[in-house]
Parts: sequence; C-alpha cells; structure tokens
Amino acid sequence: MSAADLHKASANAEFVHGHDEAHDDHHDDGIPHAAFKDYLIGFLLSVLLTAVPFWLVMADVLPSKHATTAIIVVFAIAQMLVHIVYFLHLDSRSQGGWNMLAAIFTVVLVVITIAGSLWVMFHMNDNMMPAMVHEMGTSP
Amino acid sequence: MTPASAEPRSELATLLFGRLSLDSIPYHEPIIVMTFLVAALAGTAVLAWITRARAWGWLWRDWICSIDHKKIGVMYMILGFVMLLRGFADAIMMRAQQAMAFGDAAGYLPPHHYDQIFTAHGVIMIFFVAMPFVTGLMNYIVPLQIGARDVAFPFLNNFSFWMTTAGALLVMLSLFVGEFATTGWLAFPPLSGADYSPGVGVDYYIWALQIAGVGTLLSGVNLIVTIVKMRAPGMTLMKMPVFTWTALCTNVLIVAAFPVLTAVLLLLGLDRTVGTNFFTNDFGGNPMMYVNMIWIWGHPEVYILILPLFGVFSEVVSTFAGKRLFGYTSMVYATVVITILSYLVWLHHFFTMGSGASVNSFFGITTMIISIPTGAKLFNWLFTMYRGRIRFELPMLWMMGFMFTFVVGGMTGVLLAVPPADFVLHNSLFLIAHFHNVIIGGVVFGVFAAVSYWYPKVFGYRLNVFWGKVSFWCWQIGFLFAFMPLYVLGLMGVTRRVSHFEDMSLQPFFVVAAFGAVLIGVGILASLIQFYVSYQRREQLRDVTGDPWDGRTLEWATSSPPPEYNFAFTPRVHDIDAWWDMKRGGYQRPTTGFLAIHMPKGTSAGIILAGISAVVGFALIWHIWWLAVASFASLVGFAIFHTFNLNRDFHIPADEVAHVESAHTRALAVNGA
Repeated sequence: MSAADLHKASANAEFVHGHDEAHDDHHDDGIPHAAFKDYLIGFLLSVLLTAVPFWLVMADVLPSKHATTAIIVVFAIAQMLVHIVYFLHLDSRSQGGWNMLAAIFTVVLVVITIAGSLWVMFHMNDNMMPAMVHEMGTSP
Repeated sequence: MTPASAEPRSELATLLFGRLSLDSIPYHEPIIVMTFLVAALAGTAVLAWITRARAWGWLWRDWICSIDHKKIGVMYMILGFVMLLRGFADAIMMRAQQAMAFGDAAGYLPPHHYDQIFTAHGVIMIFFVAMPFVTGLMNYIVPLQIGARDVAFPFLNNFSFWMTTAGALLVMLSLFVGEFATTGWLAFPPLSGADYSPGVGVDYYIWALQIAGVGTLLSGVNLIVTIVKMRAPGMTLMKMPVFTWTALCTNVLIVAAFPVLTAVLLLLGLDRTVGTNFFTNDFGGNPMMYVNMIWIWGHPEVYILILPLFGVFSEVVSTFAGKRLFGYTSMVYATVVITILSYLVWLHHFFTMGSGASVNSFFGITTMIISIPTGAKLFNWLFTMYRGRIRFELPMLWMMGFMFTFVVGGMTGVLLAVPPADFVLHNSLFLIAHFHNVIIGGVVFGVFAAVSYWYPKVFGYRLNVFWGKVSFWCWQIGFLFAFMPLYVLGLMGVTRRVSHFEDMSLQPFFVVAAFGAVLIGVGILASLIQFYVSYQRREQLRDVTGDPWDGRTLEWATSSPPPEYNFAFTPRVHDIDAWWDMKRGGYQRPTTGFLAIHMPKGTSAGIILAGISAVVGFALIWHIWWLAVASFASLVGFAIFHTFNLNRDFHIPADEVAHVESAHTRALAVNGA
C-alpha cells in the first residue's frame, strides 16, 4: 500500500474533525473503463500500420527508397499514437488531466531533443567534417 | 591503469580479480597514503564511538532502515556535508598547487594526480554535494509544506537515498583502490574512451553516476507524485508554497533530463567495455554527439540545482520581511518558464565546437531570454523586501549575500551567452569564475540559508548566531577573494585545468585565489563549530513553539521536531501562506478527538539493494565478470524477494497520538504561546 493511499484513507477518516467539505481530489484516479470496441479498433489499426510498411519494403512497391523511408517513419509515429490512445487510454480526462499534461510535456521535450540534436549535429558535420558529409551525401 | 607488474598475470588471477591487483592500491603515493590513514583513523573513531554508545541498534532501526521522509532528508544533508568536505579538500589542493607551481617549481602534485583531483572535485560537488543537498531539503520540507504524512512511496525514498550513497561510496573508494577519471567532470570522449583512458578511472565515474542516477531519478518520481497527489485539501496548485512549486519543477526536470545522462553514459560504457563505436574517432563514431547529448542533460541539471534554492529564498525573504511574497503568480510562472527554457539552451556549452553562426545565434538568444524570468524573480524578492520590516537573522544574511553574488554571476553568464565573446572566454578561468559565482552564490548560499532557516524545525533548537555570522562572512569574502582573480586571469586568457605555469606574473592572482579558498575553508569550519556549539547550548536555543520565525507555511504549524506522523489532523488550506492565514484566523490546536494513524514501516531492503548495486558497480569497474553476474543476479533476486514482504504498515494508536500532542500542548502553555 503506497503512502498516497494511506494519506487518502487517513485524510478521509479525519474529516470527522470539523471539516465538512468532501476531499474530492482523488475521485477520478480509477482505471479508465475502455470498451471492447476500442481494443478492437486499436488492434486492427496497429496490424494495418505494421503490415503496410512490411509490404512496402518486401514487395518493393515504391521506386524511391527515400519515399519508402518517409512513409515508414510516418506509420511508426501513427503506430505510437494508436498504442497511446487505444491501449494506454490517454485522454484529457484521466488523472484529472495530469496524464495529458505529462504526455504533452514529454512530447515537447522529445521533439526538442531529437530535432535539436539533428539540427546541431547536421551543422557540426557540415562545418567540422566536410569529407564525411560528402561521403554521406553520395552513399546509397 | 593496467598494473605495470614485472611478471605477467596468470589467467586465474585475471579470472578471479579482473584488473584488480595489489598494484592497484596507490601505496607508493605519500599524499594518498596520508589521506587513507587520516580517513581510517577518523572512521575507526566514529565506529568506536557508536559501539561505546551502544548506538548500533538505534542507528540501524531508527535511521538506516527508516522510511520517514524527515530522517531520510537529514541523512541526505549529512551525506552532502561529508562530501562537501571531500570536495573542498580537492579544491584547496588545486588552489595550493596552482599558487605554487610556477617556473622551476613543479608544485607538489604530479599532473596525473592533479587531473584526478579536478575531475573528482567537479563530480563530487555536483552529484554528491549539491544534489544530496537539494534532494534532502525537498524530502524534508515538501511533505510538511503540503500537509502530508510522508512522501508517496516511502520505501522508494529510502532506496533512492542509499543508491545515491552507494554512488558516493564508489567515488570515495576510487581514491584508495585504483584511480579516478582524469577527464574533467563530464568525461568527454575520445579522451574518456578506452584508447586514451585505459584505466579504471572513467569506469569508476560511469558506474558511480549510473548507480547514484537511479536514486536521483526515483526520488524525482516520488516527489512529483507526492506533490501532485498528496496536497492538503484546499491547497490548489496556485496556493502551494513557492518552495513546493520549485520542488515540483525541479523534479519534473530530473525525471525528464536524467534518462539522457543514463543513456549517454551507457553508450560510453559500451564503447569502453564491449568495444562499440558510438563516440570513438573511427568506425563511424562521433564524439561530438556525446558532447551534444550530455549537455542536453547538463543544462537542465543547472536548473535542477538552482530552482529549489530560488524557492528557499522566496520562503526566507517573505518570512523575514514579514510580508506576503511580492508577485507570487509571476514567481510561479517564472519558475515554469525556466523549466521549459532550460531545455533550449544546451548548445551554449559548446559554441566553439563548430555549429556555425545560425545555430550559435539561436542558442545565444535563448540563453539571454532565460535571464528574463530569473531577473523577474530577483525583482520580486527586492519588492518583497521593500517597505518590509526586515529581521536580519542568519537566513536573511545568506539571502542578501546571494542576491549580491548571484547577480554578478548572472551578468557574467549573459556575457558568456554572446557567441563571439564565448570564443574568447570559453575553457578559460573566466568560465570557472562564472559558474562558481552562480553555484556558490546560488546553491551553496541557498543551502546555508535553508539549513539555518529550517534547523529549528528539524532539531527543535536554533543555530548559534555568532558562528553562523563567522561562517557567512568567511564564505562571502572568501568567495570574492577566490574567484575575482580568476575573472581577471580568464580575461587574460589563462585556461582551466592547468597544473603548472611558466608566466611568473600570473602568480600573485593565484596566491590571492588560494587565500580566498582558505577563507572559505574557515567558513566551512565555522559552520561545523556552529553545529557543535548549538548542540552544546541546545537548552538555551530551544524552540518549543514550533514556529520560531513567525513563519507563513504549513511546516511551522506542527511541533519542532515534528512528530513521526507530521500532523495529527490534516490541515485545511484556504490561502497562500496557509499557516499565516490560520494564525490570523485565530487557529486553535485540536486537543481531543485523535484517531489512530496509519503509517508505513521501516525496512532494510533499501540499504541491502544499494549495497549489492555497489558490488555490481565495483565488479564492472574492475572487469570481475563472475562477480558482476553473481551480484546482479542476487540484486534481481532480492528485489523480487522483497516484493513478498507484505508486512509494510502499522498504526500509531490514538492514545499515543494524544500523548504526543498533549505533551506539545503543555509545552506551548508553559511557554505562554
């Protein structure tokens, strides 16, 4: 039993002592009740999002490798969103909005870290390792 | 370093002991042998004293196994002070060396030893002094300020503390067994790679930080949950005390930033141990990526250290000016803005690495922008003092020392934020002076302000004022003597991490700086004397009211020291400065109707898990593979075993609560309060 629970239990017990308003901070922390339909949609979407990239690569559908890569990246991001929404049940209501806030904050930081590093490292390589950039540019 | 023994090692010895041999023990270095003797003597004396006082059982039950956030907070502070002594010993050795080693004089430290000292100084001061201090303060104060009985996960809290201590232990061990890194505190490759640092120094660095990092991350999670879920009824976010706000932002930063450090050190460890090429010069490795990644952690880390102390100063200034904090809302927003912006400035640590004008300008501008919310905070503190009835108690002295010192450090920081200026000043002593200016002026002064402010709450008696003032003035003046010469030297182009100089004209500056370091040493000594003298005179300095400063926040609503359960009844909050509001509203302490209180129970699992982790770290450092596998397996095994321990809570009976509370009521009545 975590102390959060202990606190809740004892706090509720203590309000016999002159506190009339209910302690309502903790009412929404139950597990969200997702419907079977949601899991089915999530499952179908994730299968689709997995199968299509496999098909693109294995059947060599598109002429351009760059286009294939770009599509796979887009599908991967969509896959993450599907998992977060349908399996982890992230919505703006769970935990009084704290989950959504934390998720947004995380996404912002991850985007800053990845985009920033790519930007920084691209310039670093360009300025400091011209030979390497040349190689990278011509390699398949 | 691989032992340079004459005969090759047998395969059996390598299998059993990895790289460890008798040659790893630096018994041929007189300085280290002396240090070891002093440490061993002091350690034996402490152990003997505990044995004579028959205190082992008490120490084990009431402290080591305790999951009371207050005791863990105190233990963090003790860890911080002990490591401060070690870090300061490193500092004074460097200052002495640099004051002596000119021209023909080589000084007393060989370069290899000097390199270990500056690395250890940085690592210890950041990870094992500043971090335990801020974590300890947050641990002790946050649950009291929000009216909670403990943190959200009390066992995790104990485990976090012992993991931090295990990391500190490994760093200390490197002094006597093997060596420490010679790479500087962030261990940039390729210097820290296996090719250029083949010894165990960097491995000590990596594993000490990884183990301590687990503790830091878990305590971050713990405190976020505590603040989000366990506030007293009525305490909405915008009614939280400012210290709790800064603690929340700091822990969010910890949880977001520390995984980056863990990842980057893991990659470096893989490079060193199993021969991958993430950060090597060849085979597609890129050392610049390490620098980029580690500063993505490193810059938020700066704010992890300073934000809680901004909270401390906010509490101190409003208490001792006798006014509500000026601009509470803007203070909160400034803190949140700093939290976000601290992720957008990391490149200013390597302007000179060659990202070019566009990237450098972006990060230069974001760096200048982050000084705006910080400036807003300073004006808020000034306006809080304006027309306040200021009491110049010790915490307020540290606060004012901070305002003066930190502003100077902040301005030199803005100078360094200009990329062209940084090209002149980077890696120079100007930079060293700048970050000591903000870390000593901000973090250290803040910790001393917090210690003198909350000491009566923690121990029930105030600190001696005279020795506190001696400590304050020695730190303040010593800081100026120690670091102002470094600004001058930095502008003249002297670089950091140099153990010997040819230009004799520089020597006077280093002598002045060494004098400043001695003054700071007197300041540290004075605060140790202060603790001792205050303990001796604790009856005269006793505070029975629980509210010696006429405080404003909830921690002052309970007795000093607070009972194990903090509050017999969870307080109800109606306003910012809840306790001030309660006092104004004619608050009466409840004296009847106490109920049994449900509390978590102490456990030895934390120290056992951390102890096994230290063995895992030691085995990995020395490549003792059988021990690494065995100890890691037992670590996982014990963790699983501990999950079956369901005997984790107990009730404090209502009579006992009534007994403790009525003792406090009587004490208050005697005191006429």
